[in-house]
Amino acid sequence: MNRILARMASPWRVLGLICLIAGAYATVLRFTRGLGGVTHLSDTFPWGLWVGFDVLCGVGLAAGGFTVSAIVYVLGIEKYRPVARPAVLTAFIGYLLVVGGLMFDLGRPWRIWHPMVMWNPHSVMFEVAWCVTLYTIVLTAEISIMVFERLRWMRATHIAHKATFPLTIMAVLLSMLHQSSLGSLFLIVPGRLHELWYTPFLPLLFFTSAVAVGLSMVIFESNLSARAFGRALELDVQEGAAKLAAIVLCIYLIIRGTDLIRRGALAALWPLDRAGIMFLIEITVGFIIPILLFSNPRVRRNTRWLYHASQLMVLGFVINRLNVAVTGFEVVTGKTYVPAWTEIAVTLMLVTIGVIAFYLAAKYLPVFEPDTTSGERFQAWRFTGANRLAAPRTPAGLRGIDGGGD
Amino acid sequence: MYGILFDANLCIGCGSCVEACKEENKLPASKSDVLSATDYTIVQEVGDQYLRRMCMHCLEPSCASACPVGALHKTPEGPVVYEYERCIGCRYCMVACPFGVPRYEWASVTPRVRKCQLCAHRLKEGRPTACAEVCPAEATMFGKRPDLLALAWKRIAADPEHYAQRVYGTQEAGGTSVLIIGPQEIMAAFDARIPMESLPHKTWVVLSQIPSAVAAAGAGLLAVNWIIRRRMALAQNGKLNGTDEQKGAES
Repeated sequence: MNRILARMASPWRVLGLICLIAGAYATVLRFTRGLGGVTHLSDTFPWGLWVGFDVLCGVGLAAGGFTVSAIVYVLGIEKYRPVARPAVLTAFIGYLLVVGGLMFDLGRPWRIWHPMVMWNPHSVMFEVAWCVTLYTIVLTAEISIMVFERLRWMRATHIAHKATFPLTIMAVLLSMLHQSSLGSLFLIVPGRLHELWYTPFLPLLFFTSAVAVGLSMVIFESNLSARAFGRALELDVQEGAAKLAAIVLCIYLIIRGTDLIRRGALAALWPLDRAGIMFLIEITVGFIIPILLFSNPRVRRNTRWLYHASQLMVLGFVINRLNVAVTGFEVVTGKTYVPAWTEIAVTLMLVTIGVIAFYLAAKYLPVFEPDTTSGERFQAWRFTGANRLAAPRTPAGLRGIDGGGD
Repeated sequence: MYGILFDANLCIGCGSCVEACKEENKLPASKSDVLSATDYTIVQEVGDQYLRRMCMHCLEPSCASACPVGALHKTPEGPVVYEYERCIGCRYCMVACPFGVPRYEWASVTPRVRKCQLCAHRLKEGRPTACAEVCPAEATMFGKRPDLLALAWKRIAADPEHYAQRVYGTQEAGGTSVLIIGPQEIMAAFDARIPMESLPHKTWVVLSQIPSAVAAAGAGLLAVNWIIRRRMALAQNGKLNGTDEQKGAES
């Protein structure tokens, strides 16, 4: 199987290398020619791919971190413990990439610390800046547990484990604020964002869809990492996550639909124009099809189907965020925006770095815990540290790339 | 609070306001059809009339509310001014402005946001804006906003045939320090989607709820966790005593 993996991996590695080289070149251009030299942004289109994808999607896709840790450490549902660490790791890497993306997008990135000392509490961007900063610190603390364990710093590990619960509470609160604040950003543009996306409920919709995509990312990633590391798939975890995602997606659709109907915004669908088409694609790919798939018990028992369903949800989520940040403005201002190759190169470079970072962290840190029997779980929940320390890192079974084939 | 009244019916399109603005702000003399980082004001042709475009200097500016570092603020004299020493370059002000006014120095590696400052430095010295001072046709008038409003309605009332019954900037985005009057075709040239209300409150209603939302959510999380811990502890005790058959069967 290693041979198969090696063969599968090599084209991806070449692609990754190309992304890194192109991104590095684009980086040089960005900091020598300014934003105008490397982006297709303009005075009428000041935000593009870097805000729409790197920031909005980066933060959203990291939502699995707080969702799963809340389920495990606050609600005490032990079933999800095996995916808690990978999810927090994803969130950590996601946030580092968001900060990385901001270093490109901000006109004067060396002043990124300004919001810490120059306050404007009336600004949503001020809230966003604080959330990014504080949650990145919290994520670093959460991640440090794995590093301490790896280095066998017993004292530090012990302290870090005690801090898990308060850290999780902070993570949930900060994420709640941050996910919703990215929607609030657009509350101030009622005249410039298309009515299919502009609504006073944007904060709530951004938060709800982030929780759903966080769960989808957990499914997506545990599939990917199972392939990459030859681990067994946590099928019952995936099944549960899919069920939860379906419920959250339904809640999202109810809020979104009620709001669209109450504002009479659905009338904008006819005659069908670009906005309408993008709206329908977003809703179908990201919400309706995933709900149908996730709520089907047969799909939930098949990892391959689950994998594709979660991919669809992630794709639809990305379309949703890009619709809010790009399409919704394009159709109103009548100005089109297509990212420059350099913008795409930087984004791909950041994504590649993220994938490599995840791979390395998963390889060298105790990210994937050894299986714990159900009897141990309650103990593990109460005395988190000791249990995990004692357990040696055994390579998990090679049960399967497609463990769900029944 | 000071402002500007622009009267499209009196404007002769000479462009001396544009020149004066460039000179006052030390901008390159090149001419543009649209606002740019080096053109804080322009004179547009609308049919056979002229229309000045510039920052409207909102009474409650979206840009100032949006700026995370308070680089933009409205001074008591009326101008909405920009301090580039604070600016981090997030461009949220450009997104937030309902009139799409702020411009950016895209070609620079140390870019600034650029827009009309309503000659804030001159106002401090008790002088009118450069554009109003040079206008030969009384099309751009400088003064206190209530006085300008009165003057606007006086001109409209004196010649209702040539003026639309409307002072642009009275309600647009909650009201602006720059007011515009003119014929109906000039009014039709404005973006109809600009809301007739102040916009900063739309984000403030959410932001102001953060402390209570965090407190409520935090308390909720702790409460839920406490209940679950307690139930698990009870179940554990029950199991030890052999009274809880369900839990016993599960493990």
